[in-house]
This record gives sequence, structure tokens and C-alpha cells, in this order.
Amino acid sequence: MGKTINIRRGFDIKLKGAADKTISELPTSDVVAVKPPDFTGVVPKLLVNPGDDVVAGQPLFFDKNRPNLRFPSPVSGEVAEVVRGAKRRILEVRILADRKDIRYKEFPKADPASLDRAKVIEQLVDSGCWQYIRQRPYSIIADPVDMPKAVFVSCFDSAPMAPDMGYVVNLDKENFQAGLQALNVLANGQLHVGVRDGADGQVSDSDIAVVPADRIHHFRGPHPAGNVGVQIHHVNPIKKDEMVWTVNIQDVIIIGRLFREGRFRADRVFALTGSCVNEPQYFQAVTGQRMSTVLNGRLNSDHCRVIQGNVLTGKKSSSDDFLSFYTNQITVIPEGDQPEFFGWLLPGFKKLSLSRTFFSWLAPNRVYDLDTNMHGEERAFVISGQYDRVLPMNIYPVYLLKAILARDIERMEQLGIYEVAEEDFALCEFVCTSKINVQEIVAEGLAYMQTEG
Amino acid sequence: MKFLQNIVDSVKPHFVKGGRFEKLYPVFEAFETFLFVPGETTSHGVHVRDAMDMKRTMMAVILALIPATLFGMWNVGYQHYLAFGMEATLMENFMFGFWKVLPIIIVSYAVGLGVEFAFSALRGHPVSEGYLVTGLLIPLTLPVTIPLWMVALAAVFCTLLGKEIFGGTGMNFMNPALLARAFLFFAFPAFMSGDIWTDLSPEAGHAVVDAFSGATNLVAFDANFHNVQSASDMFWGFEQGSIGETSAAACLIGALILIITGVGSWRIIVSACLGALLMGLTLNMVAPADLPNHAMHTPAYYHLLIGSFAFGVVFMATDPVSAAQTEKGKWIYGLLIGAFTVILRVFNPAYPEGVMLSILLMNVFAPLIDHIVVEQHIKSRLKRA
Repeated sequence: MGKTINIRRGFDIKLKGAADKTISELPTSDVVAVKPPDFTGVVPKLLVNPGDDVVAGQPLFFDKNRPNLRFPSPVSGEVAEVVRGAKRRILEVRILADRKDIRYKEFPKADPASLDRAKVIEQLVDSGCWQYIRQRPYSIIADPVDMPKAVFVSCFDSAPMAPDMGYVVNLDKENFQAGLQALNVLANGQLHVGVRDGADGQVSDSDIAVVPADRIHHFRGPHPAGNVGVQIHHVNPIKKDEMVWTVNIQDVIIIGRLFREGRFRADRVFALTGSCVNEPQYFQAVTGQRMSTVLNGRLNSDHCRVIQGNVLTGKKSSSDDFLSFYTNQITVIPEGDQPEFFGWLLPGFKKLSLSRTFFSWLAPNRVYDLDTNMHGEERAFVISGQYDRVLPMNIYPVYLLKAILARDIERMEQLGIYEVAEEDFALCEFVCTSKINVQEIVAEGLAYMQTEG
Repeated sequence: MKFLQNIVDSVKPHFVKGGRFEKLYPVFEAFETFLFVPGETTSHGVHVRDAMDMKRTMMAVILALIPATLFGMWNVGYQHYLAFGMEATLMENFMFGFWKVLPIIIVSYAVGLGVEFAFSALRGHPVSEGYLVTGLLIPLTLPVTIPLWMVALAAVFCTLLGKEIFGGTGMNFMNPALLARAFLFFAFPAFMSGDIWTDLSPEAGHAVVDAFSGATNLVAFDANFHNVQSASDMFWGFEQGSIGETSAAACLIGALILIITGVGSWRIIVSACLGALLMGLTLNMVAPADLPNHAMHTPAYYHLLIGSFAFGVVFMATDPVSAAQTEKGKWIYGLLIGAFTVILRVFNPAYPEGVMLSILLMNVFAPLIDHIVVEQHIKSRLKRA
């Protein structure tokens, strides 16, 4: 067992509405959609037309810049509609799903441990599962021809009200183990996993037995300890010209199904959380499921913000939307569009702040019901040292952000742009007194480095 | 508060784009956001935000300044009645000072905010909250005898040349309030040094007592450090000086508020005190033995109590914009402020108030300190793993 890594900097936002450990299966909705904008940097080219019959696992579109990157349909049925936005950008490919039995495209079944690396890559690419293999730097979908120095999987999610990954994995153990085996082959044995130290209900040791003990890393501490970027930084930091691949834990399960069951079965477990939800719990549904089937009748207010993901990194959504490809969690919190009289002057017993200017700091265990209010207006950088308290990396966040704003490639490199993703800076954005959109700046920097660097 | 909200909502159309007073929108916005934290919600990125904002930050600093302000008002009265040899109650002392200090504060705020609002309307950028603190800091660094027009001039100078020409709060590289004081200090030396520290407005039937001297401890200390007041008087602040700076105790309360709320950097406060103590001790060691009254012999801890060291370190040096921004840089920045203050005081009698100059000097050097720290950081990143 590797030694425990103690993450000291960070912060757990304690919110009302964590999910109970009960699970309901949702029947597939009439219409299921795949949304190309979920995949950053991908320029979609369609492979199907409305009216075509598709089976689950059959590619719907590919990336213009990387033709072998194909995106499969999660269900079988008839392509109903291609929804386009401005400049004919493809927003959704909608499919009228088969209500009864999903027909799957067949792939060879095999024990991934017995395959060689080329075969594993081939099957992942053929089936469209390659989209789950992401790379750092840049936090984008990896390129199969590259050879990463390691593959990392974070086995816990430390974000606010995040689903308990131990619970999720327990529902589909064998496929999870098969997925890890496939990744181990892909990594040439350099598969690392990060687990939470000593917490209940986490991924158990037997589930990750395929990984050698010295590549299992134990983490202790507040969010963002569960972010794979933070874990890589503490275990095996990425230097210039190096590359690490990462896979989300739930996608490991889908990869496992591909090898064990020989089909692309993309249903996932997600937690419906937040203070606007009547009974927060887990659901199982197919990727691309209509959100209304999840939300209808389960919310206690109609004036709320629906988020695919957690409150820090999630995307704004609505009941007309569809479940995204990487979603593990749906959060619903109240909208905070009410002005507050002298809000900046009140003692603030019920307001969450890392600064101790609100008296709520006297009650560290309080669970909050936060809304989406900005709590102030955007200003120039004034307060220093704020971001450092919540970014557990050997990185000077403000200097990196300034280098990004100045589009200074050399400086960005020196200050660690290769190691970070937007999600790692989410807490910086949360604490920012000047209300700066930190994640947006980081995303700009990553995109700029990709094109110019 | 629906009533106020209705008023604000009803006049808003005149100020938004296309309205009659669209040019004054930043002014309107400043008042609106002063009254109400706006109902604006997060649009992308994180969906929840920390409740902290710039107004709250500035409010915490003002709160920390209140003990120094109240004590300063009392002390103005106390010094006044002392000079005339009159007995006065706590309340009499305070009310005398209150009526002397209040106009200075009002002028400082009115003029400074006026310039700030005009600038924002002209440039179309939102009014920043920085002046809420600066407007109170300026009066506290001035002697009570200062003519009001000089306060106004200082406020204008500080807002224009201290801040707005660089782009507003957050862009300035020197502390605006301290810059204002330095400006007055060099432009009107007669009003900023000498026998100006006590308000000697005549009292019917009383004359200034014979023992009265207008010299502050800083002046006394250069001639013969034994002549300064007792350490306890200096700590509590029963001495002459600028309005808000005499009491180290009041500054200590302020420092506690800043450190507990996390608004002021404890690193800067602690390291500046350390710097002064270390430099004081060093000078003690090398002090000439044949000159027992030389300022170099001053006990090191006196430097923390004399003059406005405490006030400067707690409220000026910790200004996050003009201080060093890296955590390591803050240590260096603070240590140097402390050390330079003592050196200036001891070796340069022309500028007894070393803390003002050394903070301004280190404001200028802060980006360089940060640069060195960041370069070291980059080197360590390259070496790692």
C-alpha cells in the first residue's frame, strides 16, 4: 500500500440534499439524445441521417480532426432529428429509442488481461468507448497513437454532495474490475488509482485488487482531494512533453462491460441531489435520457437551477435537456435572484464564506442551503492568498491566471498549465472576493495552449 | 424593504442605456449595490459563490479602524485639555475631539468619493469600494490641526494619482492613503511637522501651560531616547501624534479583527514587528557605548510603540493591493518594512516618521519581491520529481 497523502488545502462545501443510498431504475425515455457540445474541441461530422435505424454502439458522428474518434449511440432506434444551432452547429442528435429491448452492436468478448495493448485500443476505438479516455495536459479526449506515462483513475468524488463511488461501483463490481484490467493493459502496467483514506463506503480493496498495491494511493483531506488532477500532481506530476491519461470511475465500468459483455452498454448511475429535490437518491438510466424523466415530480420548487454535475463544475441544464456523457450527478438548488437589503452589512449567520467576516464561521459543521446568488459584483484582483488556500498544488494560481490573460505561453508552461484543468480551479472561483470567472480563464488558457503551444 | 426596492426600481430606467442619465449609471449602480446586494445569479462556472465580496472586505477593515478612530477622537480632547492644564471628563474629551475630527472625515469622504464617482461616470467603470477604507485612513494619519482644504487636496491627489490613473482599485501599486499623507508631508511640511500635534484653539480664561511641548516622541527620541514617554503611555496612546495612530492598543484590536476575519495578512503584521525588533536589537548591539543617549540604544520593543509604527503596519502595510502578493513575499516585505522603519528613525532625523516612507518604499519593491519568489517557485517546479 502506498503511503497516505494528506491534502491540507481545500474546502468542503457542506450542502443540504445529499443522496440517500437507494436506487431506482428509470425506463428509457421516448427520445434519447447525444450532444456533441459535451465533447470539448470535437468538430462533429454526421454518420447517420434522420430516419436511419441505429443499434446501440453504432457511431452517430465522428470528429472532423480525428476521424477515428467516433461517438456511438447509447440506444437502438430510429434517428429522429438533428438539432442545429447557430452556424448549423450540431447541438443534439435525437433518437427515437426502442422501448422494449435495446439491440446492441456486437463486439468480441474477451478477458482484457489476455489481450495486448493494440487489441485493447482497437476495441475501445471501434466501439466508441475511446471517448472515455481523457488526457492531461488540456483535459481533452486522448489520442490512441500516444503513449502516456501512466493512466490514473480517481476512485472517489469529493465535490459537494457527490455520489458515493463505492456504492456505485458495488452495483456493477465485475465490470468495474474488467474495466480496470483493460486500463492496466492500456497503461502498460502503469495504472494508478486514488482512493479515500479510511472513509466508509469507499471502493473496497478487493474491487481494485487488479492494481498492484504500490500504485494504489490513499488520499485524506477536503475537496479537491478527489480530483484526478490533484492526485496526479501529488503522485507523479506532469512535466513538459509528458502525458497522463485519466478515466472517470463510472466510465471504467462501461469499458468493462464492453470487454465482458461484448457491447456498448452506456447506462449509468447518477445521484439526484440538492435542496430543491424532495427525496435525493440514486438513479440508473441510459446516457442521453431526457432530463424531464428524472426531474418531473421530484422537485419541491419550480424556481430552481438544474445542474448536470456538482455545484462547482456542473453545467446549467433544464428538464428539456438530456443526460450528458460524463454526468454522475444532477444537482438542483434554488435560484438566488432576490436582491438583499444591506446584505453585505448583516452579521450573516446563515451565509457560507471561507473568510471569517460572517459569523457562520463559528459553526463549522453547519449544512447550508446555498442559492445561485453571486453575492457581489465583479472587481479587479484585490485580495491575495485567497486561491492558494483552496488549491492543493504547487502552483501559484493568480500568477498562472495572469499569464493566461496575457497569453504568455512560456510563462504558462513554467507556472504549470499542463497539470491543471478547470475543475481544479473551481474552488478558487467559489472563494473569489472579486467574483472572477476563474474556470473560464483556465479553459481559455488550455484552449490557447492547445492551438498555439 | 420593499419600499426602498420600489424606489430604486422606479428610477432605474433613467440610468440604464438609453435613459436620460445613462452617463451616471456607475453612480446609480454604486448606490443601488450599496443598498442591496444585487439579485444577480451565477451564469457559468461555479453555481454557488462565497458570500464574501469587496464591500464586506472593506467593511471589515472599517470595523477594525473604529477603535483607533474613537480613541483618536478622545485623545484629541485629552491632549487639548492637558495643554491648557484643565480637568476634563472622558465624555468632554471625546466630544471635543469628535467635533474636531468629524469635519476632517467628512471632507475626506465627500471629496474623495466625489472624484471617484466623477471618474467612474467619465470612464464608465463601476465605482469600486476601495475608497470606503481610504477615506477613513487619510484623516487618521493627519494631525488634527490640518486645514480642511489640505484634506480635500490630499483626497483628490490620492484618488487621482494614487489610484485612478492606474485604472482604479486593484491596479495601484502604492497605498493611496499613505501616498496622500506623503504628498501633504512634502508639499506642506509646516503643517505636517513641528508644533502642530495638539489642538490649541483658545479656551476662555485658560492659557497653555508652561510645561507644554509640541514635540512628539519621535522628535524627542532622536535627541535623547530617554526623553520619550513611558512605554505604557505609548502603548495606550496618551501622547501627541496624528489622529488615529497614537494608541498601539487600539491598533492591536484592529489587528486582531483583521487577522481573525482573514482580511489582513497576519504574515505581514508579524513579520514587520519581527523586522523592527530584530533591527532594534542589532542596533543595540552595535550602539556606541560612549553616547549613552544615542537613539541606537533605544530598547527594541520601543520601536513598536513609538510613532505610528503600529498603525502603519496594521492598516497600511497589509493593503493587499500594494503589498507583496505571494505568501513568502509577504514575509520578506514585512521584515523589510520593520527593519527600514527603524533605520530611518534612528539614522535620519529629518524624517522622523520612518514607517510611512518605508511602507511606500516597500510598496514599490513588492512586485520585485514577488518576482523573485515566483522565479524561485518556477525553479523549484523544474527540479521537482
